[in-house]
Amino acid sequence: MGHILVVAELENGRVSDPSRELITKARELGEQVNRPVAVAGFGPAAADALQNLDADDAYVVKDDLLAEYHPELAEAALLNILQNPTDLVLVPNTTMGMDLGASVAARRNWSMVAYCTDLAIDGETVVARSQVYGGKLAAEVEVPLTGAVVTVIPGSWPSDGRRGSPTMHEVSAPSALNMTRRRVIEADAGNDVDITRADILVSVGRGIQDPDNLELAEELAAALGGMVSCSRPVVDAGWLPRSRQVGKSGKTVKPKVYLALGISGAPEHLQGMKDADLIIAVNSDANAPIFDVAHYGATADMLELMPILTEKLQGRAG
Amino acid sequence: MKIAVLMKDVPDLVEDLEVEDGALPLDEMSFVPSEWDDQALEEALLIKEEDGADVTAVAVDTGDVDTMLYTALAKGVDRAVKIVGDFSRSLTNRQRAQLLARYCQNERFDLILTGVQAIDDLDGQIAGLVAGLMGIGHASVVRDVHVAQDRVRFVQEYSGGKMAEFDLACPALLGIQAARKPPRYVTIAKVRQVQKSAEIDEVEDSVGETPVVTVRRLYKPESGGHAEMWGDDVETVANHIVAILEEKKLLRG
Repeated sequence: MGHILVVAELENGRVSDPSRELITKARELGEQVNRPVAVAGFGPAAADALQNLDADDAYVVKDDLLAEYHPELAEAALLNILQNPTDLVLVPNTTMGMDLGASVAARRNWSMVAYCTDLAIDGETVVARSQVYGGKLAAEVEVPLTGAVVTVIPGSWPSDGRRGSPTMHEVSAPSALNMTRRRVIEADAGNDVDITRADILVSVGRGIQDPDNLELAEELAAALGGMVSCSRPVVDAGWLPRSRQVGKSGKTVKPKVYLALGISGAPEHLQGMKDADLIIAVNSDANAPIFDVAHYGATADMLELMPILTEKLQGRAG
Repeated sequence: MKIAVLMKDVPDLVEDLEVEDGALPLDEMSFVPSEWDDQALEEALLIKEEDGADVTAVAVDTGDVDTMLYTALAKGVDRAVKIVGDFSRSLTNRQRAQLLARYCQNERFDLILTGVQAIDDLDGQIAGLVAGLMGIGHASVVRDVHVAQDRVRFVQEYSGGKMAEFDLACPALLGIQAARKPPRYVTIAKVRQVQKSAEIDEVEDSVGETPVVTVRRLYKPESGGHAEMWGDDVETVANHIVAILEEKKLLRG
């Protein structure tokens, strides 16, 4: 019997929450299909970080270059670890998961399931539920327990926080590399506002349509005493700086109020804001996935709504 | 520098997705180029403008991909290639990746760009699959790609706004998150003009055996909850928002 292997990510020397969630699920599945659980971790802090996890085995690659994620080295290290019998690999759907999941599956000639939000056993079969089509549809997929990679969307289920004492194994990584990391670029929070500190966020998406309309959002945010944030397309269009982006590749926010305007709610965006205390979404598409996480919603025209709401708020204050 | 851009079209999410018998009626749906592939195409064109690269747009013929490829030609790629064979709309990503990897291997591209993901890649992203099948250096969630001689320099996005700059020997494959500039626009008239003067090259191939995942069903997710809806009247919606913020004591003054 091969392992159910979790590829863990480290953040500031500790195993990330999404990775802990995967360990919980690996143990739950492992108990049902009689498979041991292993965890893999990279970098000089990996041995300390992994030693108390609820796994039977822990594989660590201590290379200093892996103190920060390095695609080529991490892939080579993972392929080395997979020399040990492994039936299923779980990876968080982060940059690492996007890099390693499909390529390792291809190199091993294994099956792959992406964007998983749940894993369960049905009889003898592992069944994954995945989000596809921008979160508008879900797919129920059978995962063969004879070698498969599943990338999982962070926050899909809670971690049980159980501890253990896995047998530690040190694995070597190759030294000759084709890829060199020139520098790490830290998040640019210092150059702009820090949206993670805002109590109220007026967050705009594609529905803003034109950079000139951002002024309406700024005025509304000012009237609310909040800040303007956005979804990925607004940053990619160059209309707002990256520091304003909420979501998987941006910031994770938990404000008291998240006013989502013209944001459809792609899974990558929801990942960064679904835990806000109060979510109010305005989107012309009544079927937009954002309404599944919002507390209140409206299909009003956001460009018409913003000035009217600003006026009401200003009138009330005055 | 010889660059390939791997492109595919995906169902248009503007349309309501109606599931029939646990699957999408793909033959009845309208398709648009995957938005991340458009970003990859734009980045390739920017590299070409910067360094004079030779750019080929490549797609597997699973339906009407001609418009997508002619649009790429109108935007400025040097060549458009369609991999033809007995392929249906339900071709899996794994099968698609096998065809693309084989073509790219034969053509010996220095750099292959494609979108970081697509809305329908349930069985893996094309970037990772093709790179894995070819056994070449790769990275995903990438932006700011520049080339110099036989190497490529790029920025990979980590999470939380943190990034890293890498340098990679070619041949290499990068999954593009966003181009340096928004994808350029070409008019339909220009695409039609290109259709008259340019040709799409065809390369024949067939799908071999690939790992499969069995999709039991596709369905509209039953959400854990749904927003209480306030309708579409802006006055009413504005009043609701003010009231709820007032109730939660979140208004200033």
